[in-house]
Amino acid sequence: MSRLKILALLPLAAALSGCDYVVLAPAGDIAAQQCDLVIISTVLMLLIVVPVMALTVLFAWRYRQSNTSARYEPEWDHSTALELVIWSAPLLIIVCLGALTWMGTHLLDPYRTLGRIHADRAVDQSKAPLEVDVVALDWKWLFIYPDYGIATVNDLAAPVDRPINFRITASSVMNSFYIPALAGQIYAMPGMETKLHAVVNHTGTYKGFSANYSGAGFSGMHFNFQGLDDKGFDAWVAQAKSAGGSLGRAEYLQLEKPSQNEPVRRYGTVDADLYRLILNMCVETGKMCQSEMMAIDAKGGNGHEGLNNTLPLTYDKYARRGAPLGPEPVFVAGTCTPDAPQGQTTASIKAPTDLAPLLGAGLKRPSFAPLKSSSFFLGLRPKSDS
Amino acid sequence: MSPDLLKLIFGRLGFDSLPLHEPIVVGTFAVVALGGAALLGGLTYFRLWGYLWREWFTTVDHKRIGIMYMILGIVMLLRGFADALMMRGQQMLAFGGSEGYLNAHHYDQVFTAHGVIMIFFVAMPLVTGLMNYVVPLQIGARDVSFPFLNNFSFWMTVGGAVLVMASLFIGEFARTGWLAYPPLSNIGYSPDVGVDYYIWALQVAGVGTTLSGINLICTIVKLRCPGMTMMKMPVFTWTSLCTNVLIVASFPVLTVVLALLSLDRYVGTNFFTNDFGGSPMMYVNLIWIWGHPEVYILVLPAFGIFSEVTSTFSGKRLFGYTSMVYATVVITILSYLVWLHHFFTMGSGASVNSFFGITTMIISIPTGAKMFNWLFTMYRGRIRYELPMMWTIAFMLTFVIGGMTGVLLAVPPADFVLHNSLFLIAHFHNVIIGGVVFGAFAGINYWFPKAFGFKLDPFWGKMSFWFWVTGFYLAFMPLYVLGLMGVTRRLRVFDDPSLQIWFVIAAIGALFIFIGILSMLMQFAVSLLKREQLKDVTGDPWNARTLEWATSSPPPDYNFAFTPVVHDNDAWWDMKRRGYQRPLTGFKPIHMPSSTGTGIILAGLATAMGFGLIWYMWWLAAVSFIGILAVGIGHTFNYHRDFDIPAEDVIRTEDARTKLLAGAK
Repeated sequence: MSRLKILALLPLAAALSGCDYVVLAPAGDIAAQQCDLVIISTVLMLLIVVPVMALTVLFAWRYRQSNTSARYEPEWDHSTALELVIWSAPLLIIVCLGALTWMGTHLLDPYRTLGRIHADRAVDQSKAPLEVDVVALDWKWLFIYPDYGIATVNDLAAPVDRPINFRITASSVMNSFYIPALAGQIYAMPGMETKLHAVVNHTGTYKGFSANYSGAGFSGMHFNFQGLDDKGFDAWVAQAKSAGGSLGRAEYLQLEKPSQNEPVRRYGTVDADLYRLILNMCVETGKMCQSEMMAIDAKGGNGHEGLNNTLPLTYDKYARRGAPLGPEPVFVAGTCTPDAPQGQTTASIKAPTDLAPLLGAGLKRPSFAPLKSSSFFLGLRPKSDS
Repeated sequence: MSPDLLKLIFGRLGFDSLPLHEPIVVGTFAVVALGGAALLGGLTYFRLWGYLWREWFTTVDHKRIGIMYMILGIVMLLRGFADALMMRGQQMLAFGGSEGYLNAHHYDQVFTAHGVIMIFFVAMPLVTGLMNYVVPLQIGARDVSFPFLNNFSFWMTVGGAVLVMASLFIGEFARTGWLAYPPLSNIGYSPDVGVDYYIWALQVAGVGTTLSGINLICTIVKLRCPGMTMMKMPVFTWTSLCTNVLIVASFPVLTVVLALLSLDRYVGTNFFTNDFGGSPMMYVNLIWIWGHPEVYILVLPAFGIFSEVTSTFSGKRLFGYTSMVYATVVITILSYLVWLHHFFTMGSGASVNSFFGITTMIISIPTGAKMFNWLFTMYRGRIRYELPMMWTIAFMLTFVIGGMTGVLLAVPPADFVLHNSLFLIAHFHNVIIGGVVFGAFAGINYWFPKAFGFKLDPFWGKMSFWFWVTGFYLAFMPLYVLGLMGVTRRLRVFDDPSLQIWFVIAAIGALFIFIGILSMLMQFAVSLLKREQLKDVTGDPWNARTLEWATSSPPPDYNFAFTPVVHDNDAWWDMKRRGYQRPLTGFKPIHMPSSTGTGIILAGLATAMGFGLIWYMWWLAAVSFIGILAVGIGHTFNYHRDFDIPAEDVIRTEDARTKLLAGAK
């Protein structure tokens, strides 16, 4: 493997052998390509860093005061030729690295659907990708497998060589979903969805954790990720199914409460709408879902009446207090109907995906509209689109 | 008393706010209290209060303010480093089911405080102190443009530091990480006083930093001596100018983002909350729009110091002065175009990530050019290995490694696997210690004889140097390794026993650095005792090149009896070469600003206001605020703002120097 050859070139590798350098020897194709970039970039930069360090030592030694045989030119302070070299040498390296960065960033964009499952294998189109919905809770991970109707806490598994599509959100604060052996990390943020596409190539058990500090129980917020063969994965699913237990809205609200060093839990059935409710921050009864709010706002909003459509916050995530000088905390109430006098939860209403700026009712839209496919506008990508 | 009345007076401060259940904190408090009592008692016994108040606390002399900034930085370094030792100890011990010796509540405060203190109250005061001391001397000025503002800025920085230190014993500090990302830092998830301490400490200190930035920009732009065109300014002055431009342009962003966070926390707005259209991502963007320039605010003056030191100790003109200046300016501008590289993993698209990745890499071009310029300044020089030059060589070898790992982290796919890992921690300590801290130490060793009239002791200086440098490599190279093993930052306990050895090595490195710090304190003490032996009467102990070495050491209050005239960018070198003779007659009275206590009073009131807001003692906040307005307005009626140093005093001072110089020959 060419990657191993490059690795062998690194003096680092010799010194570091014998340990578990998961970032340099991952088990998934995406992480492997990211590792290649780490190594290629390092080698590119060493092209200039090594000479600079060598010259530093050489000049420091050669032009020491006691060495009177070295030339001394106190007034020499300019050389156009040298200046050209010292600006253009780093420039050349950065041009190469910049090109590499542009390509690498687009090819390894976590939102990009996989084009291959291994350096020499294309995606097997007959197999549907594995969908996994990930929720970072305080302080544990919830994994929902919508295709299998199961859910687990702090336990993740996937069959080898089958693309995995992660949809990631969080319940309260920011975390980062990271399995070093599988693929690079991406933030998990409340009320927003990020995505990650990855594939695992080797069976085994790998570590996953949160890579963004999220509070007291952060250190215990890790899980095992198992790469299994197809048979093993089926058995794993069956095990979860037979574990019984069901994860509905009420159970989720219990689970969501802060707790530390949680053991593995499995749920044989799971509310099919749960992930969408979590993402839209409306698992609690009577709360209006973000998607519905966005849909209403897209149509011009509820006007002044909308301001009063709030209820005092009774459910308390933990020690939730209002600001000392502000109003009591409230939430936006869902639309109530005779069937649901407490307000309906309407995660099924989709948020508008039109990216044109919202200007309110009665105002004309400007003729300019940003490219739909463009991700140039910060903050649009992770917003919920369900 | 009724609970309501107590609440009105003390807000949420009560006996349970004192961390009596934390033995480590109680022990620290005992030591600090004893030490503090001894210090205060000593000051009273030797009747030093009046002297300190008149000559130091109320001074508007940029040199004394500079020295006070350095003292603040070194004192806070001890606190910040104690936090570092505690972290290294915890991470070394917490293996195999052990919880270590710090609980999450304490440990999370420790790493937050470490970051905040090291950046805001160590690195910033050291850098500001050096700029304050050196810049007016380098440009041949008598003081900064706004001397009173300078005093006020310093005391505001102290006020911020006082609030951070108070949080150790009264209540608690933030448990959010040093940038206090919401939603974690919002009232729902951090209802305690920690984040409020964080906000008000930074707001109070931030006022000082911004004003000092404005002050130094004005000074450099308006107070240069005749002949010193922009392209004849010493490189340290150039880097100071760029740094202060960065300060003035970026600190208001920090002020605003913290103000928005405090609105969220105090009056229930929803700028950064999860609900009601708030966006925590906006906070992350805004704080890094300040945060990235901040990195260059710290490192640019260090670059300036290395330029001065390399040229002086190589006995040679700085190679490529013009390209050095342009490189500095380019870095200044580019530092505003890279902030997103701190959160590639937040889910921006590939094009956005590539843009910010590539702009980040572009910064390495001017930085690389600077490195080569120092290299070719040494080329065909005669290098004297005094302490400042040793720190410079250590910097050059260390910083390129940090620069390389920095560019690596700027490649977004590489960042996806290394973000928030210990590799990142190793990287930024590599550039901040290898760049800013080594730079500050080079600067301290270089300019100390200017400030005090005697050199620093080389033996303890070399001890400090070797322990710091080896300590740095021992402490942070293991973190690079751990980062490649996928170990993330801010963890309190670990499962995998194979990692422990690396944390043990890192802890040993931290101990080495600790010895390095102690050696440095020893160096100050020994030098003070041996000051007669180490004395320099020439004012130019290093055979240096820039204007600050033209005057005596320490310089007189008025810096220069006659404003110098400059013809070359190595002004003093040029003067020496042309056989410059010190004027011995014709002295005139010198117009100088008067000392004032308003700065320290205003800063004290601002600190009290911060304390009141932190603890919800609304009366204290209101009274202090009114006090600030009253004292501020009152100060405008103070007409005793300036005085003239009589010609006789100038003659006496200059004659004394003439005698000293004659004795030295």
